[in-house]
Amino acid sequence: MEYQWDFAAVFRHGDLLIEGAKGTFALAGMAILIAFPIGLLVALMRLSRLPVIAWFAVIYTDLFRASPTIVLIYWFYFAFPLLVGVDFNTFTAVSLTLGLQTGAYMAEVFRGGIQGVKAGQWQAAKALGMGLGRTLRYIILPQAVRRMVPIFFTRLTELFKTTSLAAAISYTEIVQMAQRTASDTFRPIETFTVVALFFFTVIFTASQFVRFAERRFAVPE
Amino acid sequence: MDEVLRVENLHKRFGLLHVLRGIDLSVHKGETIVILGASGSGKSTLLRCLNFLEMPSEGRITIEGRLVGRETGTPGVMSYGTRELNALRARVGMVFQQFNLFPHMTVEGNVMIGPMKLRGMTEETARTLAHDNLRRVGILEKAREYPARLSGGQQQRVAIARALAMEPTMMLFDEATSALDPELVGEVLLSMRRLSEEGMTMLVVTHELGFAYNVADRVIFLEGGMVHEEGTPQEVLQNPKQERTREFLRSHTLFRLPDPAPEAAGHS
Amino acid sequence: MGHEWDFAFLLGQRDFILRGILGTFGLAITCVLAGMALGLVFAAARLSRFAALRLLGTCYVEFFRNIPVLVQILWCYFAIPIITGAQPGPFAAAATAVSLYAGAYMTEIFRSGIQSVEKGQWEAARAIGFGYLAQMRYVVLPQAMRSITPPLTNQVMEVVKTTAIASTIAYGEVLYSAKVLSDQEFRPIESYTAVGVFFIVVLALVSAASSLLERRLRRHG
Repeated sequence: MEYQWDFAAVFRHGDLLIEGAKGTFALAGMAILIAFPIGLLVALMRLSRLPVIAWFAVIYTDLFRASPTIVLIYWFYFAFPLLVGVDFNTFTAVSLTLGLQTGAYMAEVFRGGIQGVKAGQWQAAKALGMGLGRTLRYIILPQAVRRMVPIFFTRLTELFKTTSLAAAISYTEIVQMAQRTASDTFRPIETFTVVALFFFTVIFTASQFVRFAERRFAVPE
Repeated sequence: MDEVLRVENLHKRFGLLHVLRGIDLSVHKGETIVILGASGSGKSTLLRCLNFLEMPSEGRITIEGRLVGRETGTPGVMSYGTRELNALRARVGMVFQQFNLFPHMTVEGNVMIGPMKLRGMTEETARTLAHDNLRRVGILEKAREYPARLSGGQQQRVAIARALAMEPTMMLFDEATSALDPELVGEVLLSMRRLSEEGMTMLVVTHELGFAYNVADRVIFLEGGMVHEEGTPQEVLQNPKQERTREFLRSHTLFRLPDPAPEAAGHS
Repeated sequence: MGHEWDFAFLLGQRDFILRGILGTFGLAITCVLAGMALGLVFAAARLSRFAALRLLGTCYVEFFRNIPVLVQILWCYFAIPIITGAQPGPFAAAATAVSLYAGAYMTEIFRSGIQSVEKGQWEAARAIGFGYLAQMRYVVLPQAMRSITPPLTNQVMEVVKTTAIASTIAYGEVLYSAKVLSDQEFRPIESYTAVGVFFIVVLALVSAASSLLERRLRRHG
């Protein structure tokens, strides 16, 4: 069977997809803003000397990592607001879900990075009279970050791909907009091909850049 | 028809490196040939070409009267079929410097896998065969152990048994004792010597001049990818004609003198 | 706040739920097996002597890893009927997309596992007279399994979670059952919480099975 490809119809509706792409970036950006502090906080809790706190951190990471993202999205959109008595729009629900889940993954990345820094570094910082905050900021994290960059980046690309699931609750990111475009144009294959290329281009370009940066800023050990 | 191996004008190039530059060699049934040479002389490459772990760039190899490969348009250059080579490797045993035992199998498992999967033996027949060969190299008591629990010398003897279990027409030893602690070298050399005395056809790359002197029927000295000198151990080791051979022997006798007493050979 | 939790209605719908669970398992098992087969083949391609095969393997991995699985599912859902002329339904679309997606990740897992096996092992197997497949099957893969098992387990868990996304094209797996029940019974909180718990339990079982396997693989030196 011979299929006639026609991308022109899709590009005529290009403004929908561009709006969707904006939604995708907004979502990813918001999720990162939530994930970073949460990841750091949970990592520090995990490393805490108090068992209750460490235990809480373990439960947090395990719960979020064991649940499919799309189930969490449904839960935070349909169940959580009822439970707490608030009203979430789709953006809030998805960015919160992705932020909290990515935070759980980030926590493991941070923990691995922080544990990779030798104990002597903590002691040296303490000997200089630094508190926990300064020690982390000036001594531990700068060393940990170099180690973490590749895994960190992998996590970000996963997050970027995962934003597509927001379409399941009709948030206007690129996949949702693509569905609209597809039904307007009757050209689903072309539309989703364009969307696939969008993701591929963004992630592939970014990963080439990160690979370059890694080599550029590699620190001898 | 007791010529087991004939090598004619064998060349091997790695890119720009011309490692073997026209080797001719004829090996008869039951012969033990020791190949000597400095590192980089091409002796390991020669051995690896003989069971086609490296593909010869040029030259003809005849094993048991059968020419390996097919002539291509270019004179001297052969093409080889995968099936043919696999079947051939099954008939040529090889022992490596690093033993390369399969760590996920027991000692007897290592020896049984070839006969079972390639010669279609039942597990029971293969086990009997494995035990016979493990006994031959004096390590039957370790049949159920895993390789990691064995010393280097024991592992190498298992590797010999593994090759023997394929009932090869000839055996290749690629610096089989070079990776061993000095005190473990003797037990491996002794197994190899027994094998030679049983009439196995063997090509041995080694630095053990004592073994060459006492066990070899013929010694070949390689230099720059060519046969530089060839003869009986007495001729090559005691009265070398070539200056390079003399130089090589001078640097080696500092470590290990040829020992004329036969029973000491394995324990020098 | 003060929500009255009531999971009892789930019992009344157990046939429907069971069908969803079977749907999840069916899709997950299909995708894990197909993904592993794809992973093996493409890992072999990436390690091939031939540059063209290596390039093919790299393209496969980069392409399928860098596009959201939802986009791939939707693409297959619309494209399979148009290209093949058959109407295979949501299972075929989801199974194709998720298998290809998982296969890309498994390719990298198998590749690094196979590369962790020493070159001498290949040579020893070759010297006995084994052909390529026998070298792989009897000598290389059994040894590679030890370093492959932990990341492969993670990937299997990812596949199980990913199957939930098939609900977006109305494939009857657990999340789809939950969605239907939630709308029918007006019990989103319990429905989606139950799905979350289901996945957490299943993943815990997968992880336990893998630890057992790892211990068996580690038994010999």
